[in-house]
Formats: sequence, C-alpha cells, structure tokens
Amino acid sequence: MKRICSVSALALVASVASANAQTTVEWWHAMGGELGARLDEITQGFNESQDEYRVVPSYKGTYPETMTAAIAAFRANQQPAIVQVFEVGTGTMMASEGAIVPVYQLMEEHGEGFDPSAFLPQVVAYYTDTDGNMLSLPFNSSTPIMYYNKTVFEAAGLDPEQPPQTWQQVEEFSRQIMESGAAPCGFASQWVSWIQTENLSARHNQPIGTEENGFGGLDARLSLNGEVQVRHWTNLKEWADEGLFRYGGPVAGDNAPPAFYAQECAIYMASSAARAGVIANATDFDLGFGMLPYYDDVEGAPQNSIIGGATLWVLSGKSDEEYAAVAAFFDYLTQPEVQADWSEPTGYLPITQAALDLSTERGFFDENPGADTGINQITQNEPAENSRGLRFGNYVQIRGIIDEEFEQMLAGNKDAQGALDSVVSRGNELLEQFQAQYQ
Amino acid sequence: MKRTIFNNKLLPWLLLAPQLAITFVFFLWPAAQAIRQSFLRQDAFGTRTTFVGVENFRRLLNSPEYLNSLQVTAIFAISVTILSMGLALLLAVAVDRMIKAQRVYTTLLVWPYAVAPAVAGILWWFIFNPTIGIIPYMLAQVGYNWNHVGNPAEAMTLVVIASAWKQISYNFLFFLAGLQAIPASLREAAAIDGAGPVRRFFDITIPLLSPTTFFLLVVNIVYAMFDTFAVIDTTTRGGPAQGTNILVYKVYFDGFVGQNMGSSAAQSVFLMLIVITLTVIQFRYIEKKVAY
Repeated sequence: MKRICSVSALALVASVASANAQTTVEWWHAMGGELGARLDEITQGFNESQDEYRVVPSYKGTYPETMTAAIAAFRANQQPAIVQVFEVGTGTMMASEGAIVPVYQLMEEHGEGFDPSAFLPQVVAYYTDTDGNMLSLPFNSSTPIMYYNKTVFEAAGLDPEQPPQTWQQVEEFSRQIMESGAAPCGFASQWVSWIQTENLSARHNQPIGTEENGFGGLDARLSLNGEVQVRHWTNLKEWADEGLFRYGGPVAGDNAPPAFYAQECAIYMASSAARAGVIANATDFDLGFGMLPYYDDVEGAPQNSIIGGATLWVLSGKSDEEYAAVAAFFDYLTQPEVQADWSEPTGYLPITQAALDLSTERGFFDENPGADTGINQITQNEPAENSRGLRFGNYVQIRGIIDEEFEQMLAGNKDAQGALDSVVSRGNELLEQFQAQYQ
Repeated sequence: MKRTIFNNKLLPWLLLAPQLAITFVFFLWPAAQAIRQSFLRQDAFGTRTTFVGVENFRRLLNSPEYLNSLQVTAIFAISVTILSMGLALLLAVAVDRMIKAQRVYTTLLVWPYAVAPAVAGILWWFIFNPTIGIIPYMLAQVGYNWNHVGNPAEAMTLVVIASAWKQISYNFLFFLAGLQAIPASLREAAAIDGAGPVRRFFDITIPLLSPTTFFLLVVNIVYAMFDTFAVIDTTTRGGPAQGTNILVYKVYFDGFVGQNMGSSAAQSVFLMLIVITLTVIQFRYIEKKVAY
C-alpha cells in the first residue's frame, strides 16, 4: 500500500512537472467525423514533433456554433488561443480589432522565417487586409465544383466524358436527361448563396457589393442585383418549374446530396471538399467531375471561382509563451507534407504552392482524376476585381436573406429582379447596423 | 387548532434559500440582463458598447420579418393546440370506452412523450423528406408533389404535425383522467332521459371536462410557443422564406447565429411581455367562464 502511494505520488509529481514545462494552447474547431479524426492526427503529429508546446483541439459543433462558443468564451475571458472561423465570419472577426491578433503580426513577433508569398494568392487574398497583410491562417479552403453521373449521361445519349461547360449546356443536357427518362431531374445544388449567387458573380466578374466586395471598408453595400445575377435566378426559377433544377433547401441545401446519390438528379454542384463523401456514396454509378458552368456570352467569363471553408484566427488576451506555441503550430501547419496530407484525402485546397507541387510530384492528381478540378478552377486566371472574394459584416444573416428571397422567388411571390432587389435592401440594412456597431 | 410558532427568524430564509437562489440565478438575473442588453448596441465580442435607447425595439416594430414571425407564431400555436388537443380527446374518449386492454393502449399512446423533441424532429424530417421520405413517396403515388423545402405552407404543416404529435400523449393522459373522473351516474341519468351518445358527449362530458380543457389550453399554447425550438431547428430551421420562423427561434437565430445581441434581447423582452399578457388574459377572463 505504501509503495502504491509513493508510486502514484511520483507519477503525480512527474505529470505536474511535465505540464509545467509544456505550454498548452487550445484550438476550437468545427471539424466533425472523418475530418475531425484527420485534424486530430495532424495535431498529434505536431505534439509529437517537439516537447515544448502542446495543442489541444476540441470540437465545438457546426461553424456558427464554434464561432458563437468562442465569442461567448471571449466575453467571459475564457477564450481559446486558436479558433476556426468560416469564411462568412471573416467580416465580423476582422472588424473586432481588440479581440484578435492578426496572423502577420503574430508571425512577425513569434514566428521564424514566415513567408507570406509562399501561399496561393487566390486563397490568401480572401483573408488579407487592403495593405496585403494576412489576418488569419487559411486552414481548410474549398471551392464549388460540379459532380455528374456518367452512367445517367450515357443512358440519356450524352457523351459521359463531356460535362457541361456553360449554363446553356447545363440546360440542354438536363432537358435531354429528363426527356430521355434517364433521370427525373437535371441538376441540384448545395448552397444557393455561395454557389449560385456569390460564385456566379465571381465567375462572371460581377460585383457582389461596393468597395471591392467589401474589402475596402465597413461602408460597403450590396450590389448583387445586377443583370447577370437576375438572369441566372430567372433561369433557375424557370428550370425549377420545369423540373430541370431541384432546390435542395436553405443554407447548405441538405436535400441536394441525397437527390444526386439516389440518381434522381444527374448533375450536382457542391464544394470540392464534398469529394470524399460523394465518392463514398456514388457506389451505383460512374462519377465525373467538371468546373462550375458559366454563361459564355458574358464578357470576362469564366473568371476564377472564389473559396469557402474556414481559417484559423488567433484571439487576444494570451501570454507570450502561448503565442509562441501558436506561431510554432502555424509554422508546422504550413509545411508542404502536412498540407498535402490534409488536403489530399479531404478535398480541401492546398494553401501553399509547395504543397500543391508536392501533391503533383507524388502523382496524387494522376491517380485521382478530378481531384484537381477545384485548384484548376481557382487558379484559372488571376483574380479580377470582383473575383477576389467578399467581406461583409452580419454575413451569416445576409446569406439567410439570400436563401429566403430565393425561396420567395421559387414560390412565385416575386420575380428574380424583385427578389434580388430585396436581398440588397434587406442586406444593406444589416450592413448599416454592422457599421454602426463598430463606430 | 394549535399553531406551531417558530421563533427562529433565520430558519425560514435558510429553507427558502436554495429555491430563491435558483430563481435569482436562472430567472431574475438573465431577465435583467436581457432588459439591459435590449437598450444597447454591441459588437460581437462585446468590445464596443453604445446605449441606443429604444432603437432596438423601434427597428423590430418596423421590421416586416418580425411582424411575420408574430403571425407565424400565432398560426403555429393555434394549429398545434387544436390538433394535439383534438386528437388527444378523440383517443381519450375511445380508450375510456374500452373495457379490456385499456392499460395497454394507454401505455402505447404515452410513448411519444418520452421522445426528446430533437429526436421527434429528426424522425419527422425523415418521414417527410422530399427525396427519401415515405410520405412524399405515398403522396407522389396519388399525384401530389410534396416539397416542404420550397413551400412554406407544407413546412408549416410538417412542424405542426411534428410538434402536435409529441404533445398528444400528454393531453391524452389528462383527458383520460378527466373522463374517468366524471361520475357514470350522470351519463346514465342522461341516457335514461333519452339523450343519445352525441348529445351526452356535448352536454355532459364536454362541460364537465372544461377544467381539464382549460388547463391543457394554457399548457399547450405555452408548449407551442416556447418548447418547440428543437423541432423547428431539426426540421425547417425557420424556413422556407421565414415560413416557420417562430418568435423563439428568431431570438436564437438573431442572437446566437447572427450575433445581434441587442435585437435578440429586445425580442426576448417582447416575448416576456407576451407571456405576461397571455397569462393575465387566460386567468382573468377565460377562467371565469369555466365551470369547475
């Protein structure tokens, strides 16, 4: 008994000693399931690579839940050092100057040999301020692409190796698919806001808002009720009535993936990071990949698409040792091997040129046809004025408004112009409120 | 009668203390916070705070979305109450007439009450899923295209059914107990006087059930307005086009998802007022007309 006591006392002393020697930082994230397991692996790799710092990841639910949890924790002075925030939260995070430590500043003070130019500009541009300073570290970025059912294409008499490239072709192919009876619906889409509105605008170099889509400052206002957007929404309404397009619901469009997996809709537009899930579910048919379509009669199309996903923000109020730990961890995260190991199985975009080169060298893209669709699409050309990204405050709610007005249009209460005009006026009211909050 | 006198002045307070502490920490303190917050404008992290007076309230009353939410809540609460109480009464009357197997049916009918609201929501989400659900499949056989994702009326139907289903068990138990408390002699007397089953139901049973009915009315309206959050969150999330965005859900969405604390707090204050008004109306005016 005495011996057991002394052994456990020793163990206690040892654990206290090691806890003192190590600086522990918390990382709150929104990666559940398979992605969460991957993330834990990466973190474990960091913790085992050195014994000075320890990063403890904790899963906090969905993106909005994670952000809300971090904000509530900050208000109670219990915030984690690192929090993963989705792209639409960027406007809020950026404007909260007292609450965050910009990544460029953190790396200047605590990091060694941090080179901002190593990152892919199309990814990083979304998260830099107007002076080109990086504010948060891109972690999991994705872009919408097109998945299609080759088996149904063949049954409809279409060339299974030719995905539609333009919206005109999407319409034509969908009609042929329906009329031939190969499938009851042409296409479905995740995220009406992100894919059919924001990315549609970017791909045709149409403004989503003023002040360079909000990058220029808090006085930006929405302007996405332009000709191209109205034309596209009008088409979507007509196609929905005809049955060519099936609406998958608000936010991420939860009803779209089952429609594609059950072979009801032959084409499915979704995040490049949905790749693993789509492959796992596409067991009864051959799967093809394509880029997001565009209207070929619009000048400047196709532009690069814009990204979604999340970045890592550093919260203020921590000690120097903790920030040193965060800097070391960020340094580790941007290493090509770590990046490639993260991006290859998940479908997220590599964030540095070196990581992209490594995946190419390893032959990943040759072995996995279609895996490079997303990266090819965002690097299709240099980002133009309206295809860099977007940054607005209260944007979670504005996306909700986009969904609602789209639904109003589908229900026949408004036409496309009316619906988009309301998105602008209702959204601008939220932007005004947001601006007022930060003055 | 002998009255016991306690001389200790501290003891009653000590005995009350746990309950008072809970009331203070979980009811009074948050309510006070909500009232304070409703006059402020704050950024998400709470680093900048401005006093804005009644601005948050003014915005709400001028907001078509908020007025829509009020209307949606009224429709929702009334529908859930009527449906769940109506069906529960029907089932209770049916079970009350049974001689054998009364217990078995009672147990079976009470089961849904044990299901957590979020689970109930998911169940109905599956049953009504436009792509994989059984009911849309059956409706399609008769030529009806069900898609609550795009149709606010169908979405409302879905959340009403899901919410009412859970509440039927509760109402059923109370109605059954109420029915069994009605003396058989009254009904027998009416039957001897020549009243048929329908007449007996409306002239004897309904009036004698009115205390139970009134109690359930209050409970059901409160349930529909405040306890159906999980059902909404797991099925429609307030959509489509705000068609099922009831007041409680809007408070959550604007505050916790949208980070607009001021507006969210102002909405909670309105909710508080609604609850107070409802309670006063129900107890002062309706209760008087109920024969106990």
